[in-house]
Amino acid sequence: MDFRDSPEEAAFRTRLQDWLAENAKNFPTSGDEYWAKAAQWHQALYSGGFFGTSWPKAYGGQELPPVYDVIVDEELARAGAPARPSLGYLVIGLGRHGSEELRQRFLPGMINGTERWCQGFSEPGAGSDLASLTTTATLEGDHYVLNGHKIWTSYSDDADWCLVLARTDPDAPRHKGISGFIVNMHQPGIEQRPLPMISGVTKEFGQVLFDGATVPADQMVGAPGEGWKLAMTVVSHEREPSTLGFTARYGKTVRNLAARLDGEPSESLRWAAVQTEMLRLHVRRRLSEQLDGLSHGPDGSLDKLLMTWVEQSVGHASLDAGGTRDAELLGTYLYSRSQSVMGGTSQIQKNIIATRIIGLQA
Amino acid sequence: MDVRLTTEQRELREAAARLADDLGPGSVIDLDDADRAARLEKAVAATGWRSLRSDGASGVEVALVVEEFARGLVDVPFLGPVLADDLQARSGAAVESVALAVGGEAVDARGLSAALRLVDNRVETTGVGEPVFGIDLTRTNAAVTDPVTAVGELAADAAQRWQALALVVTTADILGAARGAHALACDYAKVRTQYGKTIGSFQAVAHLLAESLALIEGSVSILRYAAWAVDELDPAEALRAGRFAKVYTERAARTICETSIQVHGGIGNTWECLAHVFLRRALTSGALFPVSLEEIDLGLS
Ligand SMILES: Cc1cc2nc3c(=O)[nH]c(=O)nc-3n(C[C@H](O)[C@H](O)[C@H](O)COP(=O)(O)OP(=O)(O)OC[C@H]3O[C@@H](n4cnc5c(N)ncnc54)[C@H](O)[C@@H]3O)c2cc1C
Repeated sequence: MDFRDSPEEAAFRTRLQDWLAENAKNFPTSGDEYWAKAAQWHQALYSGGFFGTSWPKAYGGQELPPVYDVIVDEELARAGAPARPSLGYLVIGLGRHGSEELRQRFLPGMINGTERWCQGFSEPGAGSDLASLTTTATLEGDHYVLNGHKIWTSYSDDADWCLVLARTDPDAPRHKGISGFIVNMHQPGIEQRPLPMISGVTKEFGQVLFDGATVPADQMVGAPGEGWKLAMTVVSHEREPSTLGFTARYGKTVRNLAARLDGEPSESLRWAAVQTEMLRLHVRRRLSEQLDGLSHGPDGSLDKLLMTWVEQSVGHASLDAGGTRDAELLGTYLYSRSQSVMGGTSQIQKNIIATRIIGLQA
Repeated sequence: MDVRLTTEQRELREAAARLADDLGPGSVIDLDDADRAARLEKAVAATGWRSLRSDGASGVEVALVVEEFARGLVDVPFLGPVLADDLQARSGAAVESVALAVGGEAVDARGLSAALRLVDNRVETTGVGEPVFGIDLTRTNAAVTDPVTAVGELAADAAQRWQALALVVTTADILGAARGAHALACDYAKVRTQYGKTIGSFQAVAHLLAESLALIEGSVSILRYAAWAVDELDPAEALRAGRFAKVYTERAARTICETSIQVHGGIGNTWECLAHVFLRRALTSGALFPVSLEEIDLGLS
């Protein structure tokens, strides 16, 4: 057991530090400014050799152990750089359920950042209860025609591609009639409506309306009716803090709050510091466990819940530190509220933990 | 970076868990079963685990055994003797199988007649007198008595490392007790029925138990680092890691034990339900080598 870097890890860390000293300053870390340069940031990080490190070489990765992601997250936070783009769950979803042709066509661009992606799962009538979704995909010759309404689609207005869940068999039982598609976002029949968040950020997510948009039949991920399996893979990986890559940033926020303090730190700030340290170590443990090839099924819900508590305790500390007088601190606080909703609400995570890990009856 | 337990560590943990499950008290009535306690004492003595430290075991290994023993409410001295053993090994004092004294009390001293104590950097042996009041039903403290004899001196670094171990060991005890309380509540939630359903099927109950499990996982992670740090980081860093781990785990454990009482309903508020025995043990280990939130420094690593 060793919490320290191995010699290879240390060399990687040094290379990254040098690279960040040159490059980090060119990229904003939050708000709409961040989103405006997110694609460039992703590509720069990838070109430097610091993104997608654990993924297969065949698709542009380096097949390094997952713990390298910890090093990247830590150094990005330390350097005041933007976070690691979070799309591991899409890579894993497509990697596990897509055909080899689809993987070769789409994974490299997804990983190197030249093609931008979004995730079209949620609908106005289908949030937690995702299987009730009503967007339809109807086969017409060699393509499907999409009609329906997606919402909360992060990053949809900048996206080139959307991983869409749609109903292909209205007569099948609800989990069985859903299929996954890779949909080109640059086409007529797709309308975007931005949705400003409570923090005022306007780029984070929006609504996507499909009105006769088309997708070639061979861009279905998996077989007809296998969309639910794809969805479960994607959302369970979306729940791991290691995938989200934000964890190291909480420590940075706590240090920034501590630095601007006049008197004694508040209790909320101290508690945020303790929780942040817990999460830092928790991510290390979870990523180490992945060396055993453990796949994170329901366990990801524990990670997500812990991460949510940490982010929201940092949010509370930000509010206490002057959030009613400072737009940035308020933004940190308000943004933290979305953590217990996105990627499955905290209530849903607790349902999963209770039934699938503890074994309580639903 | 690879923070998984080794195979040997996992085996040690399983052996400790088995011993605790076999011979620890399975009920409040069992606490008074002297035959069982004698068999437990014999089994623990036979393992040699009270001298894990002087036999070269790391902080991680000690923490694993302590955690499993607390989970199984092992009610013969362990935490105290293990810390005394480390003190003895560091100071070179020639005493064996003794209790640990902290200030005027020998802690976890049931049946022991001598204690070791660290005062500033000085190591002393003391006598062990009459039991004193304590809330823990699984361990007993006793008054320190004469003769008090100085037997050695620790370098400042060694003293700090020992203190880091003391934080780790008490934190492991808290975590183990919390896990025991949680398991008890989960078992109960699967069998107790109301309104024709098991109470675990009510979300209000299920979510409390889910939250407890997340708190346990977080505690495992923060404790593992502190336990590793005892031997691997410089003493000030190790002590700091111990403080973080203890503050987090102590808060978590209180919530987990309180949840266990709540999930048991009326029975949870009776003496015969083990939930309060876990809570008492966790509170006792929290108060031994206490750490407050005010001691947390914000220069995060
Ligand atoms: C910042 C952000 C980004 C997002 N990005 C995306 C994205 O890129 N792509 C995408 O597809 N979606 C995205 N989402 C959507 C997100 O997955 C949903 O908001 C979430 O699953 C909840 O669905 P809902 O909003 O319809 O709420 P509802 O499901 O209507 O829930 C409302 C309330 O009811 C509770 N509730 C519902 N069902 C249960 C139950 N069974 N037991 C107990 N409580 C229950 C919920 O916990 C919640 O408190 C994003 C959301 C946010 C906030």
